[in-house]
Amino acid sequence: MGSFLSQLSQSWGNIGSALVITVEGTIGGAILALVLAFVLGLMALSRFVVVRGVARTIIEFFRGTSLYVQLFWLYFALPVLGFKISSALLCAIIAFGLNFGAYGAEVVRGAINAVPRAQWEGAIALNMSPFQRMRLVILPQAWVAMIPPFNNLLIQLLKSTPLMSLVTIADLTFEAQQLRSATGQTAWSYLFLLVVYFILAYILTLLMNALESVAKARLGRGTGLRGIFRMRPADPTGKSLGAGLAGAGTEIEPVEAANLTSKTMGAGGPGGGGV
Amino acid sequence: MPKVWDWDLAGQALPLLLQGFLVTLAATVVASVVAIILGLVLAMLRRTRFAAVRAPVRAFVEFVRSTPVMVQLFAVYVVFPGLSPFTIGVTVLGIHYATYMSEVYRAGIDGVPKGQWEAATALSLPRGRTWRAVILPQAVRNVLPALGNYVISMFKDTPFLAVITVHEMVFQATTFGGDHFKYLEVFTMAAAIFLIASYPTSLLVRRLEKRLGH
Amino acid sequence: MATEPKIPDLSEVDTPPNLPTGTPMVQFDKVVKRFGDNVVLDHLDFSVEQGERVTLIGPSGSGKTTILRLLMTLERINDGVIYVEGQPLSHMDRGGKLVPANERYLSTVRKKIGMVFQQFNLFPNMKVLENVIEAPVHVLGVPKDEAVERAKKLLDLVGLADRVGQHPTSLSGGQQQRVAIARALAMQPDVLLLDEVTSALDPELVADVLNVLRDIARTTTITMLIVTHEMHFARDVSNRILMFDKGRIVEEGAPDKIFSEPENDRTQTFLRAVLEER
Repeated sequence: MGSFLSQLSQSWGNIGSALVITVEGTIGGAILALVLAFVLGLMALSRFVVVRGVARTIIEFFRGTSLYVQLFWLYFALPVLGFKISSALLCAIIAFGLNFGAYGAEVVRGAINAVPRAQWEGAIALNMSPFQRMRLVILPQAWVAMIPPFNNLLIQLLKSTPLMSLVTIADLTFEAQQLRSATGQTAWSYLFLLVVYFILAYILTLLMNALESVAKARLGRGTGLRGIFRMRPADPTGKSLGAGLAGAGTEIEPVEAANLTSKTMGAGGPGGGGV
Repeated sequence: MPKVWDWDLAGQALPLLLQGFLVTLAATVVASVVAIILGLVLAMLRRTRFAAVRAPVRAFVEFVRSTPVMVQLFAVYVVFPGLSPFTIGVTVLGIHYATYMSEVYRAGIDGVPKGQWEAATALSLPRGRTWRAVILPQAVRNVLPALGNYVISMFKDTPFLAVITVHEMVFQATTFGGDHFKYLEVFTMAAAIFLIASYPTSLLVRRLEKRLGH
Repeated sequence: MATEPKIPDLSEVDTPPNLPTGTPMVQFDKVVKRFGDNVVLDHLDFSVEQGERVTLIGPSGSGKTTILRLLMTLERINDGVIYVEGQPLSHMDRGGKLVPANERYLSTVRKKIGMVFQQFNLFPNMKVLENVIEAPVHVLGVPKDEAVERAKKLLDLVGLADRVGQHPTSLSGGQQQRVAIARALAMQPDVLLLDEVTSALDPELVADVLNVLRDIARTTTITMLIVTHEMHFARDVSNRILMFDKGRIVEEGAPDKIFSEPENDRTQTFLRAVLEER
């Protein structure tokens, strides 16, 4: 333990830059995933069967194949086809973005579908254009319902970042392994790594809770700062817990949002609710 | 300059991949059993009257599900060098998913109406019988689709077992690719096999979801 | 339908206990029940004799349902003692002193009591027959064949002999409630509690359920405590009406007297409101 601590203090600089890389991978992947989630999610709601078909195919493909395989394919196989992605980190960000973007698309689609029919009709009655309807009426409401499942996906993405160490990126996991070979303190090295990940997950959850509070306050159903410090569980299927259960999430959320969430997520899940 | 796609190489790799796929399937099945049973146990422990049990169980669940399964695999692998990689792999993956499933079970149990407990009391059913015959059958039925989705998700996480040298499909693909300095065929085929196996299964779960009225 | 009314045979469920004369079936002794700051029952005293049918009436929130739930041990009392058949229900005797009952004690004493709920609360994962035999088999230890035999008779009695193999969810509300009645009777309770058993039913389904209960009232000696808004039914089956307001009994008496010439202002107002609604 003593040697572990002294080594730890010596490697502090390396660990710092490894942390930056892990965070970069997470944030980069999340931004790409968010963009793809909206693009694919809105496409999946299109009136045109071709657009829907394209979106569904992409969504099902990236949800149906393992993230691990996708990353390895991008890193090892794609160069054979003549495309070499300039850095391994970019490779990882693209893999994260595509995989979690596909899951996120189902969240977007489900949340928009869960906005009550009456809201659409109200917007039509006000003679809004389809774009205005979506931007001014539907999305602000759907957005609130998207945040909890997005948080699940974000934590899931964070937990996938150790994959980066398998494609030569010097992320936290890579650094922990360095620490391990330097000290021979295997258990401590990995425990340290797990604790760092736990803290990162907690910080992300706090941020997402704050975001949710803001979004809710805009809709006039603010819960204030009260819900911010709760720990929201990570969920690899990209659904809220209990998938579509009436009672699901009631412990986590006030009733209104929970209903919305569970409805949203009931339609989601690997593969989503079909065309 | 080699051909972009080499059918011969693909043909050579396929038996290996399928052999690995059997390990993948076996790992999914065993880890699922662990997760489904342990998830229920965790859910029930989190409902006991004893706060001294509830608090540590809750901390354990939070910690396990907030940290990467890949690191958990490494950690357990090096701490228990005597156990086979497969055993460690399915245990860690099973425990990891048990923490998710415990939340699902909990929601399922909470979703059983209070009147069911009251009717059981009014009929003097003992507590054990109430759980077994009344509450759990309803709770489990409610959460079946969610459990199914987790099993599919676990299936797609089995490649993580490669990091502790379990000879599942992606391990085979990586080894073969490394031996032949060519990864395109093996990883494309591995992706295809995952898709072929997981897509129809997720359609089944969706049908189950509809049938159970979610 | 012009079929001859069957005379139900309820001898099997009608198993009155041998109480010493003068012992009430149910006795509330200065019972207090609070939910938070809200005092629902305020030092309530009353008793019910063996074989009596007592209907509790009064505005909602007056504590009627709470009385039934306390008797079924679904709630715990805050003060006072409840006796059933002369034995304490809410408390147990430990070295000559009454201490609050623990779960094990409750599980023995609550067997004397059966309850039918507003929302039926049938077990949806069990078929109709399984609902009815569940408790006799697993609580009373009745052999399964015998329990099935008896359950079929009871289901016949409530007019559902042809539904034994169905799931409760495929039945109408009225049918579900009749199954729930059969299920409660299968435990051969000494006291049967009926908690607004027709309130959740569509109006056209109420009569069937009430007729079944009338039959049971007519042909057995089971003690009943009834909370209902069906005043005609209350008048038909009750020996006594208790009018509640704010956790106290404000008036009691024979149905004819209470319904025809109520003395208390609150009773008059309440009955006028309820009867006008019809």
